[in-house]
Amino acid sequence: MTHAEATHQTSTGLDSRKIGMWVFIGSECLMFGSLISTYLVYHGKSVAGPTTREILNIPLTSISTFVLLMSSLAMVLALAAVTRNDIVWSRVWLATTAFLGLVFLGFQAFEFTTFVREGLTLQVSLFGSTFFVLTGTHGAHVAVGVLWLVSLLVRSFQGKLGAEKALNVELAGLYWHFVDVVWIVIFTVVYLLQ
Amino acid sequence: MSEQLQHDEQAHPGVGTYLTVAGVLTVITLVEVGIFYVPAFQGWLAPVLLTLSATKFVLVVGFYMHLKTDHHLFRVIFTVPLLIAVAVMVALLFLFGVVAL
Repeated sequence: MTHAEATHQTSTGLDSRKIGMWVFIGSECLMFGSLISTYLVYHGKSVAGPTTREILNIPLTSISTFVLLMSSLAMVLALAAVTRNDIVWSRVWLATTAFLGLVFLGFQAFEFTTFVREGLTLQVSLFGSTFFVLTGTHGAHVAVGVLWLVSLLVRSFQGKLGAEKALNVELAGLYWHFVDVVWIVIFTVVYLLQ
Repeated sequence: MSEQLQHDEQAHPGVGTYLTVAGVLTVITLVEVGIFYVPAFQGWLAPVLLTLSATKFVLVVGFYMHLKTDHHLFRVIFTVPLLIAVAVMVALLFLFGVVAL
């Protein structure tokens, strides 16, 4: 065991960074839970601006949902590649995950600009406020995830992301998959259950 | 590295499992969108979509986040706040009259 590994051990035998990441994810559950609750509580109570049925684009969002699901697949394949010390494929899958994350953000940027052009803004209605805060917060999480993945790619090209550092990829993966499961809920609650 | 950690790392699913889960997630998403457009399902839309969504949630958390095979402490750390979040959500929906008994 190296000194660095030893300093992260806890009395449970588990790595403190992984425990910390799960605690963080648990706290994120509460935050997204409150945002989704707020959206649902104010759903259908807008007195101005476009409604969900008038403005939401289900086919487009279905594609972006599929993109995010496939990014989760790429993420676990990156972790599997790093674990078996396959440097080339770990870079390929990390880059694929980051790229798919960017594609998702592109879809979201397109959706947001379309909605603003059609008259739905943060200020115009309760639907606009709760929708943009909820999906915007999620989008910000995706953006942070992309930056994290790019930083891992840089570390890989510096030769500092071998099998002994697989936990670093696993932690990024936990974050990325959590962002994915949050979108699974948002897609159903906001887009499909109108 | 402790024996538990070594066990946890060995317990991660293989590439075949990851691909199978991705296939199932894709099929469920297609079914969700399909159901949305079928008028006959409109009365059952909420329970069916929530069940399918929960299935996707469990698949990603269980297999991709390795909660199915990882140490039980991680399951507790994740499940407790998740249940609190769901409870708060349900309570708020009742409190504001969005749903009623």
